[in-house]
Amino acid sequence: MIHTMECAADAQSLISISLMKIHNSRTQRGGIKLHKNLLVSYVLRNARQVYVKEKYAEIYRMQQYEEVMTVCNEIQELNPLDLDAEDAGDEEQARAACCGEEASLCGSACHRGAAQPAAHARTASALFGCSPLEDGGKEPDPSYYRSCCMEAAPVPHCDQFPANGSTHCNITTVLDLDTHVVTTVENGYLHQDCCCCDALQCGQGAQSPAKKRKVEFGFCTSDGEEVSDLTSARKRAKREDCSYFHLDYTDTSNISNLISIFGSGFTGLLSRQADLEQICSKQVLASLGAWTRAIVAF
Amino acid sequence: MEEESDTRKINNSFLRDHNYATEADIISTVEFNSSGELLATGDKGGRVVVFQREQESKSQPQRRGEYNVYSTFQSHEPEFDYLKSLEIEEKINKIKWLPQQNAAYFLLSTNDKTVKLWKISERDKRPEGYNLKDDDGRIRDPSTITSLRVPVLQPMDLMVEATARRVFSNAHTYHINSISVNSDLQTYISTDDLRVNLWNLEITDRSFNIVDIKPANMEELTEVITSAEFHPQQCHTFAYSSSKGSIRLCDMREAALCDKHCKYFEEPEDPSTRSFFSEIISSISDVKFSHNGRYLMTRDYLTVKVWDLQMENKPLETYQVHDYLRGKLCSLYENDCIFDKFECVWNGSDSVIMTGSYNNFFRMFDRNTKRDVTLEASRENSKPRAILKPRKVCVGGKRRKDEISVDSLDFSKKILHTTWHPHENIIAVAATNNLYIFQDKVN
Repeated sequence: MIHTMECAADAQSLISISLMKIHNSRTQRGGIKLHKNLLVSYVLRNARQVYVKEKYAEIYRMQQYEEVMTVCNEIQELNPLDLDAEDAGDEEQARAACCGEEASLCGSACHRGAAQPAAHARTASALFGCSPLEDGGKEPDPSYYRSCCMEAAPVPHCDQFPANGSTHCNITTVLDLDTHVVTTVENGYLHQDCCCCDALQCGQGAQSPAKKRKVEFGFCTSDGEEVSDLTSARKRAKREDCSYFHLDYTDTSNISNLISIFGSGFTGLLSRQADLEQICSKQVLASLGAWTRAIVAF
Repeated sequence: MEEESDTRKINNSFLRDHNYATEADIISTVEFNSSGELLATGDKGGRVVVFQREQESKSQPQRRGEYNVYSTFQSHEPEFDYLKSLEIEEKINKIKWLPQQNAAYFLLSTNDKTVKLWKISERDKRPEGYNLKDDDGRIRDPSTITSLRVPVLQPMDLMVEATARRVFSNAHTYHINSISVNSDLQTYISTDDLRVNLWNLEITDRSFNIVDIKPANMEELTEVITSAEFHPQQCHTFAYSSSKGSIRLCDMREAALCDKHCKYFEEPEDPSTRSFFSEIISSISDVKFSHNGRYLMTRDYLTVKVWDLQMENKPLETYQVHDYLRGKLCSLYENDCIFDKFECVWNGSDSVIMTGSYNNFFRMFDRNTKRDVTLEASRENSKPRAILKPRKVCVGGKRRKDEISVDSLDFSKKILHTTWHPHENIIAVAATNNLYIFQDKVN
């Protein structure tokens, strides 16, 4: 059991930092230091294990709320004009909370609720706060808010994500580690499960005008996240493996795949097959997309 | 209690005045020779500076045996491997002295790829009165020579010259982390991340690989070799430490390839302290045999351990160097300090061990009395010849007057390299670009 409490380090940020260290080591004087990179890969493996565990716990909780939220929606559909001042207040708070986050980490902030119960409420509402902040004032559709998260309703703190699947309204700055090109990517929704979102998807943010290489239909985005050349061949192999994925995911760039790829670079560290199956599980992947960019965008 | 003698700065006066160090001046290794008369330092710029102890003079007893610069030379230069397209740093990773056998001194110095044997010799006479050339070297016209004379040796100002006698290259694919001279004085080992090679000091074009832990598939790599050392008396025994926190003792008589160890030292991990960084902090950064050859000392990030060669399953003694850092491992990982490789040393009688820490602190542990002390190598906090005051780090709660809190520690000031005189209580401590030499108080 890994103690994750030191200085509020969470698995995601450790993974980001580790990948960046590995990337930087390519250009360090004296060549790649085998010892240091081996140690960094151990941290990466440990962080990934914790992250995957947390994700599974999260998904389990999500499923619990799914039923509750379904009921919420049914009630809400009966009273469409129920959005009151309390909800508006929550939105304000969410935006304020998001203000403190760095833009590039916004995506990860949105998902960081896993380890910190106290942050869950803020996390969920921050999801909606992020997008308008970075999008130059584009206001989210009120009906979208209503349908995806009824925070004022029976469940005052919507845990992690809205029950209808995780939505990513992220606008993130992306740094291509290979070409050093910086782009701003606006991501669309991840899940298609939310029935209320269908209409909205075409509207608000589903299009990603600056996709670059970021979002591919399917997943396993190939891009500058490959910090290790030797893993690129492996990544292509993994893409085929995961082909049974929900093809509607517009954003399934798999940091988890990246990690498992890198992790399998030192296969003594982990049991490859079991982990791969874990990682490729549909639900886990579904929620990983946004903070993929966070890791890339330093 | 220890007394501080003059500090020596290796960089020039310009840098001294401005109080910052160029990276090239950062000391990367320190080593006393076997008599303690000489002290060698290597730096990141590939230079070696050798200090020699002054003869004790009756007229100035308080200046007993101070160390002065004896010789300075450029040992390694930066190189470029065109085939692999990578630069080879000139930083001196290790210096090891050979025991003195004649008037000259010999040492081995190594960077990441190449080991060199240097001869340091004195010249205090020079021949004068050649027939065919002038004293300043110009060739004389033979037709002007009317008589012959025999050249004679005339005294001159002492000159210390260093010459590279052997260059041992092209034997290491990975970065050399240590060298160790055998007690037979004919061979030595050089160690990189995955291999240990055995050399004869006379032969540079051939070396024998005696340990190879490279897996057939590099993706299955789980550990690397971090340090290796010959046993001080048994010329067939050596030990090497790994990044997984284990030490292997090998006997070269058993087989040509020592992949199979004859002793394996490892302490099982305490599951209650498991963290993201468990593997990093258990990686051994230095291994040293005691002078009597009965014990091994290892240094990992937070502790120093003394092992009895007869007991493999756990160390004999464990000393906490700076356990207050355990709660800061995440920040130390972010700023790369967690990868710092601290060394450890025995005193001449194996009763005291010493290692470095941050904030220019270094720690000594008395194995008999179980007392320990934290001292600081800093000119601001102590004057030359003043007695060093013990320091204390305040872990939490109320901070007493002279204590320093963990959050105030300067992690850029680290003492990685220290060495202890083989017979006396004189230590040399490298603090970034400064070398401090401390001696026992004279009564």
